[in-house]
Amino acid sequence: MSSINRRDFLKLTAGAAAGATVAREAGAQANAPKLVPEKGASLRVLRWKRFVAGDEEMWMKNTEKFTQATGVPVRVDSESWEDVRPKAAVAANVSSGPDIILSTFDDALLYPEKLLDVTDVADYLGAKYGGWYDVCEKYLKHNGRWVALPLGCAGNALVMRDSHMKAAGFDTFPKDHAGFLKLCQALKAKGTPPGFTLGNATGDGNTWTHWLLWSHGAKVIDDNNDVVVNSPQTEAALEHAKELYQTFVPGTLSWLDPNNNKAFLDGQVSLTLNGISIFYAAKNSTDPKMKEMAADIQHYNMPIGPGGRPTELNLFFNQMIFKYTKFPQAAKAYLTFMMEQDQYAPWQQASIGYVTQPLRAYESNPIWTADPRHTPYRDAMKVMLWNGYSGKMGYASAGTMADFVVVNMVAEAASGQRPVKEAMERAEKRAMRYYKV
Amino acid sequence: MKRLDDRNWLGALFMLPAAAILLLFLTYPLALGVWLSLTDQKIGRPGEFVGLENFRSLWGDAVFWLSVFNTLFYTAMASVLKFALGLWLALLLNRVRLFRSFIRAIMLLPFIVPTVLSAIAFWWIFDAQFSIVSWVLIKLGLITENVNFLGDPWNARWSVIAANVWRGIPFVAISLLAGLQTIPPSLYEAATLDGASRWQMFRYVTYPLLTPIIAVVMTFSVLFTFTDFQLIYAITRGGPVNATHLMATLSFQRAIPGGQLAEGAAIATAMIPFLVAAVLISFFGLQRRKWQQGGGDA
Repeated sequence: MSSINRRDFLKLTAGAAAGATVAREAGAQANAPKLVPEKGASLRVLRWKRFVAGDEEMWMKNTEKFTQATGVPVRVDSESWEDVRPKAAVAANVSSGPDIILSTFDDALLYPEKLLDVTDVADYLGAKYGGWYDVCEKYLKHNGRWVALPLGCAGNALVMRDSHMKAAGFDTFPKDHAGFLKLCQALKAKGTPPGFTLGNATGDGNTWTHWLLWSHGAKVIDDNNDVVVNSPQTEAALEHAKELYQTFVPGTLSWLDPNNNKAFLDGQVSLTLNGISIFYAAKNSTDPKMKEMAADIQHYNMPIGPGGRPTELNLFFNQMIFKYTKFPQAAKAYLTFMMEQDQYAPWQQASIGYVTQPLRAYESNPIWTADPRHTPYRDAMKVMLWNGYSGKMGYASAGTMADFVVVNMVAEAASGQRPVKEAMERAEKRAMRYYKV
Repeated sequence: MKRLDDRNWLGALFMLPAAAILLLFLTYPLALGVWLSLTDQKIGRPGEFVGLENFRSLWGDAVFWLSVFNTLFYTAMASVLKFALGLWLALLLNRVRLFRSFIRAIMLLPFIVPTVLSAIAFWWIFDAQFSIVSWVLIKLGLITENVNFLGDPWNARWSVIAANVWRGIPFVAISLLAGLQTIPPSLYEAATLDGASRWQMFRYVTYPLLTPIIAVVMTFSVLFTFTDFQLIYAITRGGPVNATHLMATLSFQRAIPGGQLAEGAAIATAMIPFLVAAVLISFFGLQRRKWQQGGGDA
């Protein structure tokens, strides 16, 4: 039996606002919504399986804290992150399943009517912790209401073997396309090639190819949801991809999400785009060779194109409460509790920043400065764009990304399977099917 | 109570549970799938009847046609190879006398192992960087760099076919072996006395008597192969550049991650004519006496 009852929990969550350092920094005045877990409530949570061990361990510790504080038992199930999406879709369709699902990208906008309105919680957390980054609203606001809470994103940065970069004649990491290509060519010449995923990999395939497209000023659709992928800017991006591809380690067309991690940790590539999980694996390994590699790893942000601003796509995480839950108050209380500084900040620390925060106040979490190699991931949410940029999110954007339209276009052109113009035209036709032009 | 003495009534009663299960778990999902394909339903939202709009849209979709080609190629090649190798293996096993049961049990392993596990094993075997096959060939001095098993469209197609064949051979071999053991030895003795060669014995004794079971086994094999999902999903996700996408994997990709339930259902529905054709060929084949005797139609 818990020593704290539900009323105490209310006081606890409301009182936490005053004491939270981060909240003070954000200078927020926030009133916690009155969330009284239903009598006899219990929750089932489905989340994506950890990418780094510390994440899951701390998540479970925080969950236990919630149970102690409220008496609400919470069962947390984990699935491979790509399997969560289908399960969430089924739950939405049949109106039955876990009370809370932590999923990815634009899931919430596929079935917003099935999700519990969490505007009160989002407004409270936003006010308390310095506000949500703009991209959160793109992913989770429907008709002006929050239909899910942001959890953060798995930020991406260039993972580089610094000694290889220096051996290739570069003291600093290039900040533009031309320099980036030169570095890749030099790495290839030294026998330490780069490798970027070009297979049907939902995470790594989409993130780097969208950066490639957007950083050249190209996009699949414009503000009016018109398909504009067949453009001189896309042509420039694909020509650049062709040159980059010549420097890649063989086999990247077949790579799925785990391949670049494996190849990097085996020393077969010296540069790739990934979350902090590669560094985490090397750092926490007991193998001296891995430790040595960890010391040599440095992270850099993707080069900036002619637009003069970062154009990244990162793996966005949402937290959805389904309307069919019998315990909406308990579910809201759980998510609120997990996003509070006392839980969220240690969770970020345990996973050395694998998940970048959606709330601005957590930028000051010491994890981002504890090691300079963490810092490039700090602003992943701040700078990221949404898949479907610069149009509206919904079925069309979800379908276009799930169908790997951009990944396939880049792969076709880069590998020479199709001429650049044909690859663009094919992508245009495929995108138009979703945008029903 | 009198009705319980009526054979017809009792027969119908006993069939009810099986019929209910078939209706609930086969007919209903099939009918629902076909209905969905005629709507514009998306995940989480009810759809409206749109007639053949999804099929019209798919007609102009290059990726769909590529998946049709891939599926037919995958099914044809894998089925032929599974039949040839399975028959060969069955003939060999039929002659084995020592450790017969043990060898048969071992042979079933690929079929017993969960598909996803064997798919992950093949994913490693065909890995661009860590392939054991490439490693061996390099060590033997036969090649200088790793084979690009899954990065080249045709290599990838043949690689997934190889994985499917490895997995499917035991089913064909064990079934055909069961058929071989029903052939009376006296027929072979008579053929030997008539001076028949080994090939003639196979052609005029084994093959005709095995034809009915071949028809059944290959029908099932074709159906399993045509609807394969797990191997492709685990090994390539349909890549590179959709070169290994089958209709089943594309259907899933569009319906669930893509949210376009109706279109996914339309792709699945488009598989039905092919499956029905495979069943009908087998069904009518089994009706023909000449086929049963290993002869042609002419």
